[in-house]
Amino acid sequence: MLNTIDQIFIKAKQIILDILSPFLPEWMMILISIFIVIVTLCVFGPVVMMYLTLLERKFIGRMQNRYGPNRCGIFGLLQPLSDGIKMFTKEDIVPQKADPFAHFLGPITVIIPSLLVFSVIPFGRNMIPSDLSIGILFFFAVASTSTLWIFTAAWGSRNKFSLLGGMRAVAQMVSYEIPMLLSIVPALLVVGSFSTVAIVNAQEGLQWFVFTPWGLVGFILFFLTGVAEVNRCPFDLPEGESEIIAGFHTEYSGMKFALFYMAEYMNAFSVSALVTTVYLGGWQGPILPSWLWFFAKTFVLISIMMWFRGTFPRMRVDQLMGFAWRGLLPLAFINLLAAALWVHLSFPLNDILSFCILTVSVLMIYVANRKVAPKKRIYKYAYE
Amino acid sequence: MYGLGVLKGLWVTIKNFTLSYFTRKRLTTVQYPEERITLSEHARTFPILVYDESPDKLRCVACEICAKECPPKCISIVRAQDEAGKPLKQPKFFDIDYSVCMNCGICEEVCPFDSIYMDRQFELSAYERSEEFLYTKDRLAKSAEYFSKIRPETAKKVEEKRKAKEK
Ligand code: SF4
Ligand code: SF4
Repeated sequence: MLNTIDQIFIKAKQIILDILSPFLPEWMMILISIFIVIVTLCVFGPVVMMYLTLLERKFIGRMQNRYGPNRCGIFGLLQPLSDGIKMFTKEDIVPQKADPFAHFLGPITVIIPSLLVFSVIPFGRNMIPSDLSIGILFFFAVASTSTLWIFTAAWGSRNKFSLLGGMRAVAQMVSYEIPMLLSIVPALLVVGSFSTVAIVNAQEGLQWFVFTPWGLVGFILFFLTGVAEVNRCPFDLPEGESEIIAGFHTEYSGMKFALFYMAEYMNAFSVSALVTTVYLGGWQGPILPSWLWFFAKTFVLISIMMWFRGTFPRMRVDQLMGFAWRGLLPLAFINLLAAALWVHLSFPLNDILSFCILTVSVLMIYVANRKVAPKKRIYKYAYE
Repeated sequence: MYGLGVLKGLWVTIKNFTLSYFTRKRLTTVQYPEERITLSEHARTFPILVYDESPDKLRCVACEICAKECPPKCISIVRAQDEAGKPLKQPKFFDIDYSVCMNCGICEEVCPFDSIYMDRQFELSAYERSEEFLYTKDRLAKSAEYFSKIRPETAKKVEEKRKAKEK
């Protein structure tokens, strides 16, 4: 019974294929089985995005003691749909001086990487669109191209604010890509494979990587850099409303604007999914079906992102860069060392040693980065 | 301690988030069409003309003081005349353009005959601007009971004043 629920999506796909198989040749069946997965993902992505926007508005509303959207349908559940209709009916404005091709290309291409990265995420047991042996590499390679399209859009708008936003996006991504990749290397080191399925399988039972010292640090590093990588608050400098209007999507309206939002939310989802996969054990978990575990963990991470958004003010550019280069990067290197020691040594010693190394280094980085405010001078003789 | 503010901020927001589900007092939003706040005595929107017994017996005597005082000049009054051409003590036309009126209440203050008063009806949206917001005499006319219902204290004072004058 539990097994059936666990594999329910696989079964559903199999049933569709079984119905079609008597009528179609074999090569068509292969195409259709691929096609089903693609259609599912292409529908799943936008739906996730729509309801994440609703969830975010509700969450942040409650954090500010408001209701959030509650007019459209019960609990505002139809709000995303009506927003979608609104977006479709809006006028599509292209600035006169904009480069029409780049302006058009930006929003369309920006969602392609966001959809592509879904193909290596294991949503449940046996529920991975394609188990690439270089899954993690594929994820990073594809996800980082989205910055190029953001910059295309910014450049094509021929607006100074857009261009500033685009440049910020590139700068931010260059500095956060490094700690992000380094924070995931310890897990690859321990597992010895790039495949996402292998990583999840290595965390069998409750041996999630987050319960080891290096795993905890890696998880925090990866999550923070992930938040920065998908341009979410408090790292949303590329679209800082109070400084540069809306950053790279200043000149976009209607559905093109919605596409940027879609890309942003789908990226937030896929980064949370990858953090779940690498450090929180993916779909591993007792009793409940595997996909439910996966979505529950991802949901918790996304809620934390929204919690951040409801709490933190936007960082300054220098703070953002300083945080990456002086805080996260050294910690990522030390974490790599700790993980290497952890693999090399045997049980009680490895935990203790890596724990000690990490605690000491976190403290050292903390002390080294502390703001040194000069002591207030007291003028002793000035008034006498 | 450096960095502690981050945790404090997170604590504040999560507290707001959870408590807003349990403490209704935290949610200050009034769900407008279903819930309404009670308006205070002197809440005002647009002027109305008060009559005593029947709509043709307006208190207004067409003295045009309010029309002269009105800052955006949105009141226009034409005095009625009898057959012989003698002016009567009542308006023939009394129009207020609500789309121009700025809700200042000066007309109410200057009227020496306690005729024009500010209403509190604010749901006046219409599909057309020039016709539907031009309030003519018959649309402006409201009974004295209506007035005493919306602004009981002011109405009581006005009644006392008028009775004292009659004696
Ligand atoms: S409303 Fe009052 S001030 Fe205005 S014309 Fe009539 S009596 Fe005069
Ligand atoms: S409220 Fe002010 S603006 Fe409106 S009619 Fe009276 S005097 Fe004129």
